[in-house]
Amino acid sequence: MNRLPRWIDLIIIPAISLLLAMLFSGLAIWSIGEDPFNAFKIMIDGSLRSTYGWGYTLYYATNFIFTGLAVSIAFHARLFNIGGEGQAVLGGLGVALICLYIPWPHWTLALVGASICGALFGAAWAAIPAFLQAKRGSHIVITTIMFNFIAAALLNFLLIGLLKPAKVMEPATAKFPEATNLPNLHEVLGLFGIPFSKATPANISLFVAIAACIVIWVLIWHTRLGYAIRSFGQSESAAKYAGISSTKIIMITMLISGALAGMMAINNVMGEAERLVLNAAEGAGFIGIAVALMGRSHPFGVFLAALLFGFLYQGGAELAFSTSIPREMVVVIQSLVILFTGALDGMVRAPIERLYLAMQKQKTVAE
Amino acid sequence: MKKLATSIALALSLASTTAFAEPAVLYDLGGKFDKSFNESAYNGAKRWADETGEKFAEVEIQSDAQREQAIRRFAEAGKNPIVMAGFSWATPLGEVAKDYPDTKFSIIDMVVDAPNIKSTVFAAEQGSYLVGMLAALASKNGAVGFIGGMDIPLIRTFACGYAQGAKDAKEGMKVVSNMTGTTPSAWNDPVKGSELTLAQISQDVDVVFAAAGATGVGVLQTAADKDILSIGVDANQNYLHPGKVLTSMLKRVDNAVYNSFKAGVDLETGFNQMDLSNEGVGYALDEHNEALITDEMKAAVEAAKAKIIAGDIKVHNYSSDESCPSYEF
Repeated sequence: MNRLPRWIDLIIIPAISLLLAMLFSGLAIWSIGEDPFNAFKIMIDGSLRSTYGWGYTLYYATNFIFTGLAVSIAFHARLFNIGGEGQAVLGGLGVALICLYIPWPHWTLALVGASICGALFGAAWAAIPAFLQAKRGSHIVITTIMFNFIAAALLNFLLIGLLKPAKVMEPATAKFPEATNLPNLHEVLGLFGIPFSKATPANISLFVAIAACIVIWVLIWHTRLGYAIRSFGQSESAAKYAGISSTKIIMITMLISGALAGMMAINNVMGEAERLVLNAAEGAGFIGIAVALMGRSHPFGVFLAALLFGFLYQGGAELAFSTSIPREMVVVIQSLVILFTGALDGMVRAPIERLYLAMQKQKTVAE
Repeated sequence: MKKLATSIALALSLASTTAFAEPAVLYDLGGKFDKSFNESAYNGAKRWADETGEKFAEVEIQSDAQREQAIRRFAEAGKNPIVMAGFSWATPLGEVAKDYPDTKFSIIDMVVDAPNIKSTVFAAEQGSYLVGMLAALASKNGAVGFIGGMDIPLIRTFACGYAQGAKDAKEGMKVVSNMTGTTPSAWNDPVKGSELTLAQISQDVDVVFAAAGATGVGVLQTAADKDILSIGVDANQNYLHPGKVLTSMLKRVDNAVYNSFKAGVDLETGFNQMDLSNEGVGYALDEHNEALITDEMKAAVEAAKAKIIAGDIKVHNYSSDESCPSYEF
């Protein structure tokens, strides 16, 4: 047998990558004259040791689950959707419009409406690059990344003009009406008697994100469409031979991908800010790529990787709040994790694979 | 929920009965060392720390989403007072302040109405009027320029006061005004600032006033390279290009931060206007520009300053009615 068992693939390799990232971040922190152990302690205390920290960690994780799923479903069809950021921005626009201009009677209805509208806007933004890829062969990496810029420019245009209330200096929409405000985790968990910090933005969209993980898992591994997507990803020519239309698969996959990225807006726009601000997606679309890579495009892996990045974001913020470590260093730590878990995956994988195979061989020889 | 709120309130009231609580300052997205607005806030905090030997907490946020978190984080840690530099803090502060009734907040450049908030705004039009006069008096071509950062009412207030001062100082003065952009990135685009300066030079402008955050660094650089005069903003920027920067329109953000820190937990809340009469705004005069400002210029500006304080000259405030009689935007 020359394949790694799943536990090595899914647990040992990411863990070693993480340790390496921690080692190098520690060196970087040490080199500017700060104590790396103290820094990691602050990060862990601030993000995991209180419900307040968990609230922020889960809030960021919710964003990353949506964008991570968006990127991973596209991966299954071997499509590289780098446009998660733009699709999330457009999703935000959809959520803002529907929250501002429809008088919702209750947040439950508003959540359903906003999810659908955010998903539609995100999907629509992904549809154009998908169509260009399917019909014209324009490479999806190039078109989706360019659409990020168009989305940002469109949002700028709307937020300084049409959507900005008069006499306001900031480019942002008005606050959404009270009826669209989502209950936060403090209220949701309070129903079950679980105490949770009131001052965090984590809200009910976390459960929508978890539900999305399950739906995507079922879709990919237990439906006909999922099978078609995976076979198209494995071999386009074989899929064509089996009667699968490549145009249809590219379009459908990208629409689902865009919809997932767009749905992120129920968390950051509707749940947290309760208004639409410039740059609302905060780079979550790009983090989604790292999350999908680290999670091996599996919904459960995406969930875990999203938690890890949620921890990095919240821990990084705590670091900035309570030490004199500059904010640039926080970015360095985050990028080292992305570098080791995403880009340098092969560097860890190859030696472990060799080691494992050598050990297997020895075992068979001994037998 | 109520229980938590009361326990927080209790913890905070315990904190405030002690004689001293550590103050905190929150910078805006431009970052602590922007040579302008945020750095001025930092200088005020540092001056207080040097004088008292006490420490203060500070944070440079990475994104807009962290604003509310940052305020809450400091409020829960018992920091008091908490000073915020920049109008973008207004919305999150309005949300958070009511949850921490015993913490004093201080916001600069924006008014937020709550019993525990001190709002400091600067009469930027008055300071701009004075540097507008200096620009007109120093101009040989009869044309002066203004380069703003993000096109918002606050920056138009600078432009409007500047235009009024220039036109009052010299009849028939030509004023050219450009804004760098319409989004927050306009505060940090020195290259575009430089291009706008070149464009204004081609329209005969020989004194240019930059009210554009870090974008102004590019304006001042290009003005020095092309041998025209420039005017800095917020902090004293005369030293950046000695002999080439005519003066700087001072907005004493440092004083606002310093005063809030000094008042400590007894910070007086409410509306606070900083203008010429209380040295909140002004123009910079130091060894780097003394050769550029003649005695006549100084006399004229000082006279105007006295008249503005006395109310004999009314400088129009664009923000009050979003219109400008001296300049057509």
